[in-house]
Amino acid sequence: MLWSAVGVLFDGFAYGMLLFLLSVGLSVTLGMMNFVNLAHCTFAAVGGYCTVTVVNRLGWPFLAALPLAFVAGAAASVLLERLLFRRLYRATDLDQCLVTIGVAFMSIAAFAWFYSTEPQSARPPDYLLGSFELMGRNFGVYRIFLAVTGLVITGLLVYSLEQTRFGARIRAAVDNQRMARGLGIDVDRAFLYTFGLGGGLAGLGGALSIEVIGLESTLPLSVILVYVLIVVAVGGLGSIRGSLVAAIVLGITDTAGKYYFPWLGAFLIYLVMVALLMWRPLGLFGKR
Amino acid sequence: MANAKRYLEVAFWLCTLLPFVLTPSYLSLASQIAITALFALSLDLILGYAGIVSLGHAAFFGVGAYAAGLIAKHYWTEPLSGLLIAGILAGLLGYALSHIVVRFRHLALIMLTMGFGLLLHEAFNSASAITGGADGLQGFRVPGVLGFKFDMFGKTAYAYALGLLFVCFLITRRIIHSPFGLALRGIRENATRMPAIGAPSLSHLRKAYTIAAVVAGLAGAALTHTTSTVSLEVLSFGRSADVLVILILGGAGRLYGGIIGAVIYMVARDQFSGINPQYWYFWIGLLLVAVVMFLPNGILGGLSALYKKRQ
Repeated sequence: MLWSAVGVLFDGFAYGMLLFLLSVGLSVTLGMMNFVNLAHCTFAAVGGYCTVTVVNRLGWPFLAALPLAFVAGAAASVLLERLLFRRLYRATDLDQCLVTIGVAFMSIAAFAWFYSTEPQSARPPDYLLGSFELMGRNFGVYRIFLAVTGLVITGLLVYSLEQTRFGARIRAAVDNQRMARGLGIDVDRAFLYTFGLGGGLAGLGGALSIEVIGLESTLPLSVILVYVLIVVAVGGLGSIRGSLVAAIVLGITDTAGKYYFPWLGAFLIYLVMVALLMWRPLGLFGKR
Repeated sequence: MANAKRYLEVAFWLCTLLPFVLTPSYLSLASQIAITALFALSLDLILGYAGIVSLGHAAFFGVGAYAAGLIAKHYWTEPLSGLLIAGILAGLLGYALSHIVVRFRHLALIMLTMGFGLLLHEAFNSASAITGGADGLQGFRVPGVLGFKFDMFGKTAYAYALGLLFVCFLITRRIIHSPFGLALRGIRENATRMPAIGAPSLSHLRKAYTIAAVVAGLAGAALTHTTSTVSLEVLSFGRSADVLVILILGGAGRLYGGIIGAVIYMVARDQFSGINPQYWYFWIGLLLVAVVMFLPNGILGGLSALYKKRQ
């Protein structure tokens, strides 16, 4: 019983790190510009399909495809931000929702057009697959890889946001946009970089998630988007720490729910989300 | 001017009778359109007039559909009483949820409405002993309404759906033009000022939300009666998103917005998805982006702006 709990905790933690990668960009952009971007998972799908293409058609090694997935996600998000989203920063929540849902719809059709609606896969190298035994429990190597990658990226992200000048600009823009502008910080540019960074992390998350949840053309509006939104809304807008905690809690709750109460499905997750939002509408770590 | 508008309205409702004569083979599509239009009308009441954004409106549609289906399957197949009960049940759910929903704004509101919709979807999926789970409710047949049999061409079905839409439309129009409707628009425009001038803002919003839930429940029940099945899809997030798209397309905050949107959306889907169902969403996405960017008040808003310019 106790040992099964350890396994569930570990798998849930790895899943949570994946959710964190997918959602942290959305959290920061929402906190900074109040921009409700329901097309965020499109960037994850771009990263995922990019990986599938270079691994399966061009024969790249899986690990070399991961940085490319990051670049592809970042490029897609910067392109969309420049072309479309920046016109909507002053629009209402509803308009932002609608345009981004429209973009997600279009991307779903585009992915179906180029890659068919069949689920795609990109096989990681053999040394990342399989599992090893520790005190009678099996631990998947890929899960460990996920957890370690997630932790390393979290470390890099926290360092660059807390210790560098770039990070200070972004934090200033999130906390008080007008004041930041007044101090001469180019908020629009800071936002563009943040958007690109968030899109890139989502792309990386999309590439890493192929092995865990598969890759289908409906990813941009799938249950993963709901999970990403839950992480953002529960964690609090613009809070990296909040997103991290919310993603890990959600990952563990979801894994535990599927393991111990399979008949409940996702019911438990939605219940927890609704209860948390009613208790704290601004999220656990939300300031505004 | 007022007269011209009235003639236009009469002409519009006369046009809704045309499918009986012109396109008798498309009557089942026409009844789907009428039901979708009714659903969009109910969303218009809260989104267009009261300003409550909802991404989970299918919850009430689904509850109405399942209530009507369960009554027809286990108790009796007379549709009008089933319709009434389905509307009341959806209204009760709407009343219960309204106490929570009206307190929130922005992202929390969107997430909460979506959360309740997903919660209900999962609950009905899990309770397969009663609801049939992912297979939906089957094995019942609603023979007819008011002595008219549901025929295979969908003549009675369309008449039933259209009649329901017309009655609900008249009631909604009465509500919109009443002082209560005016207060709702006031709350939409300035949520802090309305309580300041003495309007009970939250209780107005609760009422509007409950009425919208009843209308959505009626639409769901009508779908069950005319198709004699209930699928789990009636509660899906896709249905909530579709009805939002339809309303925005036609023009929110205008009584005819949802109806026009439903006609365009459903006819276009019927035509395009016949060729390539996967790519249908590309055009809907493009249309959605274009409407929000260039026609902020939907098709009807664009037309009325054009009309005013010419005057």
